[in-house]
Amino acid sequence: MAWEIVIGLEIHTQLATKSKIFSGSPTQYGATPNSQASLVDLGYPGVLPVLNQSVVHMAIKFGLATDCEISRRSVFARKNYFYPDLPKGYQISQYELPIVHSGHLDIVLDDGNIKTIGITRAHLEEDAGKSLHEDFQGLSGIDLNRTGTPLLEIVSEPDLRSAEEAGTYMRSIHKLVRYLGISDGNMQEGSFRCDANVSIRKKGDKKLGTRTELKNLNSFRFVEKAIRVEVERQIDLLEDGGKITQETRLYDADKNETRPMRSKEEANDYRYFPDPDLLPVIINDELIENVRAELPELPNARTKRLIRDHGISDSMAEELTSSPAIADYFEEATKNTPHVPAKRIGNLIQRELSAALNREGLSIEGSKISPSMIGKLAQKIEDNTVSASAASTVFDEIWKTGGSSNVDSIIEKHGLKQITDMHTIEAMVDDVIINNPEQIIQFKNGKEKVIGFLVGQVMKESKGKANPQNVNQILRSKLSSS
Amino acid sequence: MHEATIAHLAQSLKDRKVSSKELTKYFLERISRLDTSLNSFITVCEEEALAQADSADELLATGDATPLTGIPIAHKDIFCTEGVKTSCGSRILDNFISPYDATVVSKLKAAGAVMLGKTNMDEFAMGSSNETSFYGVVHNPWDTTRVPGGSSGGSAAAVAAQLVSGATGTDTGGSIRQPAALTGITGLKPTYGRVSRYGMVAFASSLDQAGTLTKTAEDSALMLQAMAGADERDSTSLSAIVPDFSKAQKSAWENITIGVPDNFFDDSLDTKNAQLVKEALSVFEKLGARIKDIHLKHIHLSVPVYYVVAPAEASSNLSRFDGVRFGHRSEHAENLTEFYMKTRGEGFGSEVKRRILTGTYVLSAGYYDAYYLQAQKVRQLISQDFAEAFKTVDVIAGPTTPTPAFRIGQKTDDPIQMYLNDMYTIGAPLAGLPALSMPCGFINNLPVGLQLTGPHLSEEKLLKAGYYYQQETDWHNFVPPGYEA
Amino acid sequence: MLLNREDVEKLCLLSRLEITPEEMEDVSAKLSDIVNMVKQLQAAETTGVLPMAHPLDQAQRMREDKATETDHHEKYQQNASLVERDLYLVPKVID
Repeated sequence: MAWEIVIGLEIHTQLATKSKIFSGSPTQYGATPNSQASLVDLGYPGVLPVLNQSVVHMAIKFGLATDCEISRRSVFARKNYFYPDLPKGYQISQYELPIVHSGHLDIVLDDGNIKTIGITRAHLEEDAGKSLHEDFQGLSGIDLNRTGTPLLEIVSEPDLRSAEEAGTYMRSIHKLVRYLGISDGNMQEGSFRCDANVSIRKKGDKKLGTRTELKNLNSFRFVEKAIRVEVERQIDLLEDGGKITQETRLYDADKNETRPMRSKEEANDYRYFPDPDLLPVIINDELIENVRAELPELPNARTKRLIRDHGISDSMAEELTSSPAIADYFEEATKNTPHVPAKRIGNLIQRELSAALNREGLSIEGSKISPSMIGKLAQKIEDNTVSASAASTVFDEIWKTGGSSNVDSIIEKHGLKQITDMHTIEAMVDDVIINNPEQIIQFKNGKEKVIGFLVGQVMKESKGKANPQNVNQILRSKLSSS
Repeated sequence: MHEATIAHLAQSLKDRKVSSKELTKYFLERISRLDTSLNSFITVCEEEALAQADSADELLATGDATPLTGIPIAHKDIFCTEGVKTSCGSRILDNFISPYDATVVSKLKAAGAVMLGKTNMDEFAMGSSNETSFYGVVHNPWDTTRVPGGSSGGSAAAVAAQLVSGATGTDTGGSIRQPAALTGITGLKPTYGRVSRYGMVAFASSLDQAGTLTKTAEDSALMLQAMAGADERDSTSLSAIVPDFSKAQKSAWENITIGVPDNFFDDSLDTKNAQLVKEALSVFEKLGARIKDIHLKHIHLSVPVYYVVAPAEASSNLSRFDGVRFGHRSEHAENLTEFYMKTRGEGFGSEVKRRILTGTYVLSAGYYDAYYLQAQKVRQLISQDFAEAFKTVDVIAGPTTPTPAFRIGQKTDDPIQMYLNDMYTIGAPLAGLPALSMPCGFINNLPVGLQLTGPHLSEEKLLKAGYYYQQETDWHNFVPPGYEA
Repeated sequence: MLLNREDVEKLCLLSRLEITPEEMEDVSAKLSDIVNMVKQLQAAETTGVLPMAHPLDQAQRMREDKATETDHHEKYQQNASLVERDLYLVPKVID
């Protein structure tokens, strides 16, 4: 039977504020347990919440970026339940009147098609603390540092039709919140978390199937894997004549399976009601326009602009705009090199730079090579001063010196200047022809591919300094004339 | 000395006829001698009080004093006081030492008032008789077999018996005005938001308001002056300018129109009580006020509205008492759910449990619309009725309670009868209005009160009416027998 | 009675409140009386009336985004019965 998969995501984004949503506690990650829990965060008797204005601005920013309606009046409500990481016994959240709603985001699917995903709502709420399950003689330890950290919960429409689409949507939201500067998006530290509502229905059915909620999917990969395995489970269950139970399930990455959460089994009744300690948040046109004026160029717009202005491919533009910092770096590098195709610069960033950053676990902000150096290096490739492989050596040498050396002196010092003298290249080609008789016969018998091997041999001989186009040309003419 | 008002004592302190230290010692002695019959204090802070008195005397010497500098007062034990036990009348907070001061406490401290201790109260301010306190019943100084009213019963009894010159209280449905009426003193519940709620253990956040219990309206003005004002720690506190209440209340009399709702003179009202209220109104008439009959169409629904809204908010506010970070913790639990249930089951008394369960019920799935949402709508109607009335009258007058103080134990087994005691006082907090209760006579040697309710931020008007009334009458000067010396 | 034992037990679990078996009957009876009393609200005509969540018609004030609190966890934890390695301890939490 053909099944249709229906997925909606709830993404919890920690907002990058200096203080908590309702208290003046700092929000740094990894502090001594409970050292960032003020009386308000601890839910002490008598204390009251006071709203941080930055979280409101950040939510408006997100709303504007996703074509949401900004609620002129939104209300904080209490969600009541008992849990040790929830000191007040209720979470302050938004329920009936979220701060922004009814928007959408375009995502680029793997086949290059664009799909519009509806955003039902995004609401503000406070994060909970953490329960630590290491053994304290059968007890759990509670750290309330995270309590009250501002969250924007972004709820999508059930518009996603595969695990891959869900992954793409999650990446797009991740990219967006980092572009907007409203979240650091750090998934290891839990700044960006996701729950997925997953159901299946017979192709063509209008009615949604019973859904399960997968909790706390903390990486893009896990989201896709968890959804895949949950969909399989649901299909198997229905095809065996079973029924899906509406429940919350936890993804176990080690076993690659989902299982029901024990603590959520008992039926919850959250008894939402407007928080009497907080008044309605009123947003006027002036505030919206002020926030709009601060909006940066958004990822989709920037991708399109890079393609248009720099003539690079869709996929390169997509990759270079994966974070605003990378795109900034790229654009900076292209600034003083009008005669270099931007693609060359893009290649250097995607290959050399990203390999070096990965190797050292750095983000682009930590690059030891400035954008203008990359531009210059691309220039040297473009004007045939160095070959692409020699450029890689130049890159590594500059990186080693921490960016303090310059491109010209490295080329000079290591003798990496491209050999353009035809006689020298001819001599090297002759050597290779003599030393590889077998490949020469293969080529003459029509095995065209061997040419690549032979060019490689010449390049090796030249220590990468020969111009590969010249080599190719000379090699072919010699082989056809002999 | 004990019979003097705050206004008189302030003058004596200013004139250096008495020192704050002398006053403090004097009142501490009265507490230790007389409170055994009343049980109005949960904690007496002798050491801290004497230290505060010393600083007050220094301030008085330099002339930097406010009218409250050196005046002995007490706080209802609902206000957090740094380094001092803050129990809220509950076993669950019996071991709780607050690490911070409530805004009301720090403001009165800054004004130089000397805190003698923390007064007894109904547990979490839930009660109208002070019988629900973990620390035992408070006795009415006019008749110790009777209740002092609640929930600020300890503050009311202490002021009435002159163990302290003035005290703070909180009012959610009548918790300042009702005990003030039943003990023959003056109680003011200001406009919602006039005084910060920060550091006041929350009962029902949209209703709770701190206020004063004093002998006179003149003293109310002095205390309110120090307590009122916007607080950046309380989003619901009002940013309105705080006027000079004492100056305003003593300004020349202007003729006002007093609205008298027929609803307040129904069958529930003791006929003698009704007569005393009428007599009080005639005092105002003599002053030149115009009396106008009015009708508040939905006020009869204020008790049911209150007993939905207040428990709903309380059920959520009291969830933080779970024994983890502070307060009583059960030693008998096997697992997490049991831990919560036992800790809270052992820590809360029966009235508090009843209200939590009621609140949970009216908010739960399937009942929310019929109870909670409907109550909020009727609350709107009650509030609109008041707003409509204030288009033609300046203040609304009526009785504070239907009867004088009842006997201890008389209503403990009938929550509904107990709740109906607040029928005249609940309207004001539902609409966020300020209201004042002051003594207007006696029934069988038990005091009863006249209640004046005004529009938002009309404290000046109420305090002025109170001040002028007390210039014409002397009900506020009566002292309960046995506490004269 | 409006609320039977089962209703009350459900409310007790939701509110995490233990009621002893001896108290149960009294609690059910009194809760039923209260619910019965507040039921009279349902007769009120409220079509088109906006619910009033708050006595004041005001907007939320906001605070500047500044970290103003400092670490006092040792002082605050003096009120807690069980603390180890700066953590509050509770019976084992199960996910």
